[in-house]
Amino acid sequence: MNLKVSLYRYNPEKDKFPYMQNFSIEKPAKDVMVLDLLHLLKENDSSISFRRSCREGVCGSDGMNINGKNGLACITPLSDALKGNKLELRPLPGLPVIRDLIVDMTQFYDQYEKIKPFLQSDLEEPNDQERLQSPEERNKLDGLYECILCACCSTSCPSFWWNPDKFVGPAALLQAYRFLADSRDTKKQERLAELGDPFSVYRCHGIMNCVNVCPKGLNPNKAIGEIKSMLLDVTGREKIKVVSME
Amino acid sequence: MNSKISKLNKQDMMEFDALIVGGGGSGMRASLELAKSGLNTAVISKVFPTRSHTVSAQGGITCSIKSADPNDDWRWHMYDTVKGSDYIGDQDAIEYMCSEGPKAVYELEHMGLPFSRFENGRIYQRPFGGQSKDYGKGGQAARTCAAADRTGHALLHTLYQNNIKEGTQFLNEWFAVDLVLNGKDEITGVIAFSIESGKVCYLKAQATVLATGGAGRIYASTTNALINTGDGLGMTLRAGFPAQDMEMWQFHPTGIYGAGSLVTEGCRGEGGYLINADGERFMERYAPNAKDLAGRDVVARSMVLEILEGRGCGEKKDHVFLKLDHLGADVLNSKLPGICELSKTFAHVDPIFDPIPVVPTCHYMMGGTPTNIHGQAFGRDNDIDYLIPGLFSVGEAACVSVHGANRLGGNSLLDLIVFGRAAGKYINDELKSGGGVAEATNDDIDKAMKRLNKLNESSTGYAVADVKKELQTCMQNYFGVFRRGEFMEKGVSELQDIGEKINSLHLTDKSIAFNTSRVEALELQNLFEVAEATAISALLRTESRGAHARDDFPDRDDENWLCHSVYEPKTKKLSKREVNFGPKKVDAFPPKMRAY
Repeated sequence: MNLKVSLYRYNPEKDKFPYMQNFSIEKPAKDVMVLDLLHLLKENDSSISFRRSCREGVCGSDGMNINGKNGLACITPLSDALKGNKLELRPLPGLPVIRDLIVDMTQFYDQYEKIKPFLQSDLEEPNDQERLQSPEERNKLDGLYECILCACCSTSCPSFWWNPDKFVGPAALLQAYRFLADSRDTKKQERLAELGDPFSVYRCHGIMNCVNVCPKGLNPNKAIGEIKSMLLDVTGREKIKVVSME
Repeated sequence: MNSKISKLNKQDMMEFDALIVGGGGSGMRASLELAKSGLNTAVISKVFPTRSHTVSAQGGITCSIKSADPNDDWRWHMYDTVKGSDYIGDQDAIEYMCSEGPKAVYELEHMGLPFSRFENGRIYQRPFGGQSKDYGKGGQAARTCAAADRTGHALLHTLYQNNIKEGTQFLNEWFAVDLVLNGKDEITGVIAFSIESGKVCYLKAQATVLATGGAGRIYASTTNALINTGDGLGMTLRAGFPAQDMEMWQFHPTGIYGAGSLVTEGCRGEGGYLINADGERFMERYAPNAKDLAGRDVVARSMVLEILEGRGCGEKKDHVFLKLDHLGADVLNSKLPGICELSKTFAHVDPIFDPIPVVPTCHYMMGGTPTNIHGQAFGRDNDIDYLIPGLFSVGEAACVSVHGANRLGGNSLLDLIVFGRAAGKYINDELKSGGGVAEATNDDIDKAMKRLNKLNESSTGYAVADVKKELQTCMQNYFGVFRRGEFMEKGVSELQDIGEKINSLHLTDKSIAFNTSRVEALELQNLFEVAEATAISALLRTESRGAHARDDFPDRDDENWLCHSVYEPKTKKLSKREVNFGPKKVDAFPPKMRAY
């Protein structure tokens, strides 16, 4: 049986508009990953462009839209992805396309940097020793720190499509919560104060696309819920005005 | 269209105090040190830094922080590492790594690395292969600090995050083509281009640090990421600088059969073990004491012997099984969650119920650019070492050498942070006390542009994908776990033919924006440099030591080969370099028979 592969093509030097290119390719005898199929196509047409690195789902390079759903090409088997014998591959939605399946991720990374994704502590670091953290405290980071920044979640989120400059997006909010939840971080109030405007967190309307597509099985929606509760706590108990209306 | 990528204008220069080539663990540890010290520091990385291969490291970072065992001692770690190296690791460097290690690990924790924890709140440590207490006399140690089985991911992201904090400049998705050498044979930076825009630049620096990682892609089957193409070594070898111990490639015992993905040694550290087709725990025969936690070279060879003797598993009897189900779902889910995920995806096996099919797979390059403990790279002239002004190398790309002929599990991450940090500190001191290099002329810069220009002007020649397959098959067939002179000679002669093709690759797509085929062609040329150095070094080291196992020379030969091999690209010959047996704080560990 032959597979019908429809691939998003755009080369800014020669194409005025992007287009879908169709390939008919023999179905590999054993189940392979979508990335393997892309490599097969690229052997015949070296101009096909996509990012890839670890090929095992931990580096987050090859996020793309596979038959309508965002995922990592390297850990999506054809058997899961195919609709009949059809496979449609497009770049992650919502971000500017540089070429073929490669998107410009600047907006995504900017949001990540905005939440100050590093541990901040006012306490002096113990000399020649680690800070202590109980297994229970450390367990709170599970499901958060594993994010690989593939952008599958943020680029499947309608709120992020609308306001990629103002809505932090599920990926970066997951990381915001990763530091809010860390017993070693002492900047909770400051972190929350920067998230309390109408856009950063509150543009999340619980659509849950992020949860649906995360290739690592993480739950940004839950983390966003936790941030919202923390913001309510802050506004309720300490009367800090964190919601500024524009 | 060509002109834009082949001509370099005066304004296409960026200038830095320190330039780090490579955004993995060692590169970002070096850049962090430099950015904190206020030097104008840039990291150039061909991928966004968190896509670097450090992210795939699983089991942990080995270091005597006395958490699992309050009586642990860095000297025991040093002993294990020297023994693991089959006695050609440099003992001054190993001493430095093992004694400085705890500081470097605590710093990572202070930066926020989410280590797993013991009940008392200290960093979790697990047993790994080749670890002992009391200089091999006190049984198995547990010395590998872990963040579940995602330690590399946690480490790489933590370093990237802290580099953001300190304001390191990143040139992401830029590719370094070649080193720029001035008339005094100093390194003054690199020629590089932005993969996205195609813009070519001379990146000028007082100190250039190659942190370009390994080159496992010289083999057809490897645990390495697709980006591990030895770009730094390609650059140094083309520039005529030597590479050390290139015959020493580690084959990790447990790559997933068929896919090559790594299954951490931590699985065996947590109590998993290997079985053959008869269900026998065969490592008990090969290493009665350490069993499944013997050195990686020992375990890999034992697996291949089981397969060769007909006790392999599966239809083709060409792999063995890693049994984990007896550990129970709780341990697997809490300590090895990433392995459960990988195994289901790539082996279609849930380790909670069934064993994982595994086979020894190319994993790590012990060799590399020879350096001292400050990361300063050595050149070689008439068998005499000299320091190359302006050039540094750290991490897997370098050979300092702490791993010798066989690396111990968990020592690679330690190598990255200890020597990344050391190079950063040294460069800071040197540049602040007035050190630096002279200017390069336009001719010098043009020379470094040659390779890129030639490729961009190619109108006929060989297809990159075909030549790459040929290269990888050759290395896989003749330079694998077991080696033999006659086969390696065949391999070396095949490589000569492949080399001619490498010199006339055809870049069919000459477009500028994010042209990944241009990058792949340049990477293939780097792979070839590494492969050739490996092949010639392997053929000429006529003994078996550590990862280098020869059927025709089955014994270790300390009389002739208790030394580093130094491959010199100009002559394609091998010379010998003394191993350092002069640690400062302890007596040297003399060579002994190596048994586990």
